[in-house]
Amino acid sequence: MALTLHNYTLSGSCYKVRLLLEFLQIDYHTISVDFFPGKEHKTPEFLALNPLGQIPVLEDGALQLRDAQAILCYLARKYDPSAQYLPDDPAVFGQVMMWLAFAGNELMAASAARLHDVLGYALNVASARAQAQSAFAILDDHLAERAILGKTWIVGDAPTIADIACFPYIALSGDGGIGHEPYPYLRNWMRAFRKLPRFHAMPGIPEFA
Amino acid sequence: MTVTSDIVALNQWLPVAYPGQVTPTKPHETLLLGQLIRLTAASDGTVTAVALNASGAPERDLPIIEQFAVIFTTLGDNPRPMPIIQAFDEPDRRIVNCGSVGVHASPFRIVENFLDMAHFCFVHTDILGAENETEVLSYKTEHRQDVDEIWATGCQFFQPAASPAAAEAGEGQMTDYTYRVLSPFGVMLYKSALGYADRLDAICLFIQPKTETECIGYMPMALLDDTSSNTGMIDFQQTIFLQDRIILENQRPKLLPLTPRSEMPTRADLSSVAFRRWLKDSGMRFGLLHEEAA
Repeated sequence: MALTLHNYTLSGSCYKVRLLLEFLQIDYHTISVDFFPGKEHKTPEFLALNPLGQIPVLEDGALQLRDAQAILCYLARKYDPSAQYLPDDPAVFGQVMMWLAFAGNELMAASAARLHDVLGYALNVASARAQAQSAFAILDDHLAERAILGKTWIVGDAPTIADIACFPYIALSGDGGIGHEPYPYLRNWMRAFRKLPRFHAMPGIPEFA
Repeated sequence: MTVTSDIVALNQWLPVAYPGQVTPTKPHETLLLGQLIRLTAASDGTVTAVALNASGAPERDLPIIEQFAVIFTTLGDNPRPMPIIQAFDEPDRRIVNCGSVGVHASPFRIVENFLDMAHFCFVHTDILGAENETEVLSYKTEHRQDVDEIWATGCQFFQPAASPAAAEAGEGQMTDYTYRVLSPFGVMLYKSALGYADRLDAICLFIQPKTETECIGYMPMALLDDTSSNTGMIDFQQTIFLQDRIILENQRPKLLPLTPRSEMPTRADLSSVAFRRWLKDSGMRFGLLHEEAA
């Protein structure tokens, strides 16, 4: 039975899941959520699926999962026997989890700035941009250290779900008025990410970085 | 910014909200041509608007028109009449409200992008255009003086997935287009609807200029489609608009230049040339680049 993704095309969090599904060549179908302007994710029907009222939600048979990072872990563990995307080695696993948490917390400030600029959400955009820029600087520094070691990816020698979880809201940050100019290592990493087989862009991701 | 003094820009009906954005418990404050305004809804849903002064106190009442699934107001005393779009009155049409999207660009660059077919294959690849079918075939433009609108007719473009219904059918098609510039801040197109030989889908874009380079776009549609879900149609239209948005925000200069030599048009840009000429003749100053004479 195919997987079902409750999806909104313009959501960076849903895009994380779509990227991994494509990379692993997993069959799935989507149910579109009218996130905007319909706010369908706050309706009683959707809250029954996810009481947090957030997308994405993944259904695999009887299993229902919310949270993009949790879904990435589940898909990698279940459908990637090579364990490339979620390595077993405890130290590597720990670092992947660390950057997944970073993607789900600090980087979400870039999502907030985008929601403000694109969909008119009422929030303090200057503060959201400043928080996102601090987070970007932290990952840019990390990738600079990795580059000195000759490494391309956030953890290990191959792309993991840490890269997949961090990519969307960094790549989409221009939508929220946050440029990539101050972060050369983020730019190199994004270029490498875009070259991955079966990579697909989403609206708002620059074609030529 | 301060409120514009451009009388041409002031005398327009301009979009300021979509239905459902203003409710009895949730007033809506927004900027129009530099003027802060507040919209409130009564318990029966009737929307009223006021202009606010610098300290946020109501200054004067503004008129409201709700039409085409958009709420319009004007700051002017003698606004250009609202356009007539029959498609929205036809009973078998589905009226779809796609909400609104903010864009940091001149309103007129947004209009021009909407009129342009040449970018379909590069910006909306595999949807509104294909990379191996890039030709913009010859089309006609005219200034219809009775309604004072610019029309582009006889437009055709090969499209892999012209609409959600066409994407479902799975084959590309030659799509017929007609474009109408409804006002300096409003534009629409008619395009082939799958399964209808002689009727066309109607898709509008009304632009709320907050300032000269900050806008909000509203995209109501009157469609002939019995199969696609509303969510699917909204998703499709928003996807297209966000693909355009990143291009629009990166255009320089941000204000639209009107001198013929500042941006070189090609044959495919006939509608843009007609739009710029019409805009210049209208006396508009707002949102335009004013170059020094050489």
